[in-house]
Parts: sequence; C-alpha cells; structure tokens
Amino acid sequence: MTIDRIKPLLLPLTALVALEAWARAAHLQSDSLAPPSAIVAALIGALADCSIPSATRDTLFSAFAGLAIGGIVGLALGIAFGIFEVLDRLMEVTVEAIRPIPSIALLPIALIALGFGYRMEIVIVAFACIWPMLILSRAAVRGIEPRLTEVSRALRLPPAQRVWKIIIPAALPRIFIAFRLSAGIALIVAVTVEIAINPLGLGAGIMMAQQALRPDLMLAYLVWIGVIGYGLNVLLIIAQHRLFGRAALSGDSA
Amino acid sequence: MNRAITLWRLASLAVAAGFIALWQLIADLKLVSPVFLPGPDRAWAALLRGFSSGGLSSKLIGTLEHMAYGWLTASIVGVAIGAMIGSSRAMRTYVAPSLEFLRPLPVSAIIPVAIAMLGLTQGMALFVIAFGAIWPIILATIHGFAAVEPRLYEMTRSLQMSRLAVIFKIALPSASPDILAGMRLSLTVALILSVVCEILAGLDGLGHWVLLSARSFRSADLFAGVILLGITGYATSLAMAVAEHRLLKWQRAGH
Repeated sequence: MTIDRIKPLLLPLTALVALEAWARAAHLQSDSLAPPSAIVAALIGALADCSIPSATRDTLFSAFAGLAIGGIVGLALGIAFGIFEVLDRLMEVTVEAIRPIPSIALLPIALIALGFGYRMEIVIVAFACIWPMLILSRAAVRGIEPRLTEVSRALRLPPAQRVWKIIIPAALPRIFIAFRLSAGIALIVAVTVEIAINPLGLGAGIMMAQQALRPDLMLAYLVWIGVIGYGLNVLLIIAQHRLFGRAALSGDSA
Repeated sequence: MNRAITLWRLASLAVAAGFIALWQLIADLKLVSPVFLPGPDRAWAALLRGFSSGGLSSKLIGTLEHMAYGWLTASIVGVAIGAMIGSSRAMRTYVAPSLEFLRPLPVSAIIPVAIAMLGLTQGMALFVIAFGAIWPIILATIHGFAAVEPRLYEMTRSLQMSRLAVIFKIALPSASPDILAGMRLSLTVALILSVVCEILAGLDGLGHWVLLSARSFRSADLFAGVILLGITGYATSLAMAVAEHRLLKWQRAGH
C-alpha cells in the first residue's frame, strides 16, 4: 500500500534530483534554468518578503471578481435559455457569433476603455466565464427531471418561486460543476492577462522575474502558480463531493 | 420540420441584426465615446480597408500559421505521448499522476520561461502554443485508451499481437472520438496562445494588429481585428466539427 503511494512521486523526485545534480556538476550559469534548491530558496524568500502573497491576492481577487460577475450573468442567461426555449432559439445566432471570440482578444478593447488595473482584468475574466456557465447551466436546467416541472405546474408556483424552489435546487449539482470549471478558466485568464499586459499579480511577477534575469525567482513563481491552480482545483473538487456527494457524479458524465 | 428550423434560424438572425442595429444606434448617439466604440459601419469599413490595402490579410495568415504549426505539433506529439502512457500500465502508474498535477497549471505561465530560453522569436511562439495545446490531447488519448472495450484487448492477447499492432489496429481507432474531441479543445487554446504570443513578442499576426490599433486609439481597426479573431475561432471550430463528423462516420455505421 505504501509503495503504491510512493510510485507516482518517483518520476518528479528523480527529475528534481537529476536537475539538481546536473546543475551543480555543470556549474550552471543560465538565464532560464536554476537548480531546484535555488528555486526553493527563491520561493521561500519571495513568500517571506510578501511579494508572492500580495501578488497572489491581486490575481485571486481579479479572478474571483470576474468569476462572480461572469458566473452570475452566465447563470442567469443559462437558466433563462433553459426554461424558455423560444429565447434560446432566438438568441442562438447572437450567442454563436460572440462566443468564439477568444477572451484575450478583448484585451486591447478593455485596455483603451479602462486602462491598466483590476477593472480591465475583471471584465476579461467575466467575459471568459460567461460561456461555460451559460452552456452548462442551460444543459443542467434542460436535464431536470420532467416530473419536477409538472409538480411546480400542479402547485401553480409563480415563475420566480419555480426558479428558486424547483429549478435551482434540482440543477445545483451540475451548476456547481460549471462553477468549478469556470473557476479554473478564471484563474487561467487572469494569469494570462497579467502576463500579456497588465502590471499586477502573479503574471506580472513572473514576467518581472524573467526580465530581471532571475531564473530562480521566475521558476519559483511558475511553481507557485502551479500550486495555486492545483490547490484551487482540489478545493473545489472536495467542496463538490462534500456538498453534493453522489448527486454531482451524475452530472460529470454528461 | 426542416422549414421550422429555417424559420427559427431566420428569426434568430433577425435578433442578431437587431443587436447590431442597437450597437449602431449607441455609436451614432455617441452614448459611448467613439474613441472606444466605433459603430458597426466603421468597423466593417475598417475590415474591408484592412483587407484591400493588404495589411490585414497577412496578419490573418500569420495568426493562422502560428495556430496551425503549434496545434499540429501538439496533435502529433500529444497522441504519441498519450498512446505511450495509455498503452502501458507502468507508465500509467508512474507518469500519469505527474500529468494530473500539471494539468490545472495556467499554461500561459510557461511563456516567461519560454521567452528566457528562446527569446522573442517564432520558435518561442511555436513552443508555447504546442505546449499549451498538448494537454487536452494527451489526456484525451489516455482516456480513450483506457475506455477501449476490454474484450478487444483480450482478443489481441489471444492473437498475440505486438504492442504496436495493438496501438494502431485496436486502440487508436477506438480512441479516435476522444482524441478528436481533445484536438477540438486544444484548437481554442492554440488560438488564444497565438494571440498572447503575438502581443508579447510583436510577431506578425492579429494579436499584434489589435494591440497596435489600441495603442494608437484606432478603435475601428481594433474592432475589425477582434471581429476577425471571432470569425477565425468560429471557422476553425466549425471545420474541426465537420472533419470530426467525416472521420467518425465509420463508427456510427457499425452500430
């Protein structure tokens, strides 16, 4: 049992040891690589002097603010399109025309309209989060057990109550999966915007480390961004299992 | 039935036209400063002007080239790596968990590392695009290999087929729907990363075009570029859907 748990770690550990040994043997002097020990030292240093924690805060703030705005808009549209098929059909061409625009292409528009800073990043993240939320929550609403809809009709629930008491609870497990996917996208888009142009957060930090020819710090940022991405994903998966248990699994296959 | 679908399409097109008219109205009334928001008429004119004076078509080709090279490299290497991992139990236990750990990494974070290694060059863009686009393909291939009907694998054992023969004759064909779905996902990734690389490295392409237009506040040119990027995204995913449909015809025929 214990050996099985070690197996997956074998490859990364060997790679790290090999890199360290090679860097020491060759007396590595490089602008792009650093021995793992130097990366760890740089990571601890940057964590201690608060540069990485504050950059993380900036990135996560923008990502979550964008996720909240885009998620709510996407969810509202998705529920509306799911309930009223007429609306969905009428909006089809419009949605299909806007959706394929790569979120990052909006960057220059957001740049001249809003300038550098949080707002521009939040707008782009929000745009990126609308679509997965819209499409998955629309599918979630469509997938609701038809008998529940019949019940709400038999009870003559007004539309607002029907959404609040029947549709949202029934579709919630799958909506949460949409939220989890969107959260991943939000983080990716936030970091990408920062790397491309916006001077704040982790993306700007890693670009600065590269331009300062500090490969150890640059790779420390890379590792940290990886840890954040992985941590966010794990947290949301745990939350999904805790909150919905088996109910969420049925949506995963769809 | 078909007529109903056409009617809905027309109605939907009319709604889209309505939105464009609304956009025109907002621009004409100058509710939003024309510096940021050109009307659709000006954006359209800029699009035509860009093509007729030659600048825009070479940018479009540049972006398509970045996308295509990176995506094709990712597809070939990704399927090869995925097949290697998917067809071997040892690789699955030792290598696959590391891939799972790397998967949620925002791939654009690799850009500074690539710049440090390769400079602001075409090679850097190719590396970044291929690196970003490879993940969905690798994971889809592994998943496809794992989902092959077990009885087919049993049969290959009784026929004593070699590992290569198993991969090419059994596993790859039955995993092809997963692989193609992965390739479609990575097409979007390739487009986004192409634009980011062009913005950062000033490579010839639409990303560079929209950034330059924004810097000089030529909003009509900017919107023309964004519209063209949207069309590119739409056209490439449509082409992929058609290709997927064609390539998988044999599978539906069997059932």
